[in-house]
Amino acid sequence: MLKKRIIPCLDIKEGRTVKGVNFVDIRDAGDPVGLARKYVEQRADELVFLDITATIEKRKTFIELVGRIAAEINLPFTVGGGISTIDDAALLISAGADKVSINTSAFQNPDLITGIAKRFGSQCVTVAIDTRFNGMDWMVYINAGNTPTSLSAVEWAKRAERQGAGEILLTSMNADGTKSGFSIDVTKEVSKSVSIPVIASGGAGTMEHFREVFTKTTCSAALAASIFHYGEIPVPGLKEYLSGKGINVRR
Amino acid sequence: MIAILKYNAGNIQSVQNALTRLGYESVVTDDKKELMTAEKVIIPGVGHALGAMKYLAERELDKLILSLRQPVLGICLGLHLMCHYSDEGSVKCLGIFDAAVKKFPPFDKVPHMGWNNFSALKGSLFRGVSAAEDVYYVHSYYSEITDYTLAICDYVLPFSAAMHRDNYYAVQFHPEKSADTGSAILRNFLEL
Repeated sequence: MLKKRIIPCLDIKEGRTVKGVNFVDIRDAGDPVGLARKYVEQRADELVFLDITATIEKRKTFIELVGRIAAEINLPFTVGGGISTIDDAALLISAGADKVSINTSAFQNPDLITGIAKRFGSQCVTVAIDTRFNGMDWMVYINAGNTPTSLSAVEWAKRAERQGAGEILLTSMNADGTKSGFSIDVTKEVSKSVSIPVIASGGAGTMEHFREVFTKTTCSAALAASIFHYGEIPVPGLKEYLSGKGINVRR
Repeated sequence: MIAILKYNAGNIQSVQNALTRLGYESVVTDDKKELMTAEKVIIPGVGHALGAMKYLAERELDKLILSLRQPVLGICLGLHLMCHYSDEGSVKCLGIFDAAVKKFPPFDKVPHMGWNNFSALKGSLFRGVSAAEDVYYVHSYYSEITDYTLAICDYVLPFSAAMHRDNYYAVQFHPEKSADTGSAILRNFLEL
């Protein structure tokens, strides 16, 4: 039985994790490799590293970090942030990333999805979609959620799949940071509209929220950041809970 | 020395990283002599069957793989290449296993991506591993079950998670990305 995946997401700035990290037994909370190692022990299923470094010069630091993660961590991991060309993706993949996540650049240039998929395979390309409900429909926002577009999340997800995406990372801007639960309706709609896996993101605050998104939608995975980093919801406890509720997770 | 076949497929570095973590020296190479004399050969990869077979044939690496006598492990695309035919590009493959590689029918999400367990396990590759353990898969094509099948995985339909014939071993999942269980399986191969 294929398991539902639990994915911690680490924001990286200039090679260090940002947002606080509250694992007591990590000596250096800012070190992404240490944190990643902790998640391997906790049996997280995959990891996502998002580079939020503003400047291009600092990208080198991120690529070096990807190399260190790949050397030490025996879990699949996705990297994202600032990838706008096939060469950007190639640098990260050859440094050891299993998948790259692309967002604004994919929306502005859907052929980028096809280009990366042709060179490295669809399984390497995760298209990240930030979506917000405008009162009528769930619309796509780009540029870190700052710029609205005229395309709905469902339309864009279908298009991204046709272009060669292997997976969709769907973040509800309405739910993100609220800890009031995943946006079930849009997650359900998008998961139903595409035949590739969908990762639900934004809004996780309790273990019940994970159960809800896995039972009410056909998403394949759920992603969260601070609730895992601060230890509010430990990954092993979450998996024990979900398993008790009849959801198939890797133990 | 363990030789990792260098060809036009991805994830090669991940396999080398995994060997290094297990304390084995390895070389990524397409040099015939290095491949012939290596203790063991690994054919890694994520990629396209047609492109990969073409690449191997142009360099006569297809014949070389068939002449190897040391233990050989194919991973993911490596398993597909060891079968006799793949639907991915309608290409004739190496024919070590009398099995065809087909695309998953669209009854569930494709690619089959994530952690999945086994429904049958046998052979030294799986020494100390239980069928309840999960390993990481990412693939859209699968191999049929044959007499060579060592382990079965069920997604949409039952398919070969691992195969073995003579000195040739192959796994559909990625042991290099499958945490402790994957490391145990890799170690079993390396200790053959």
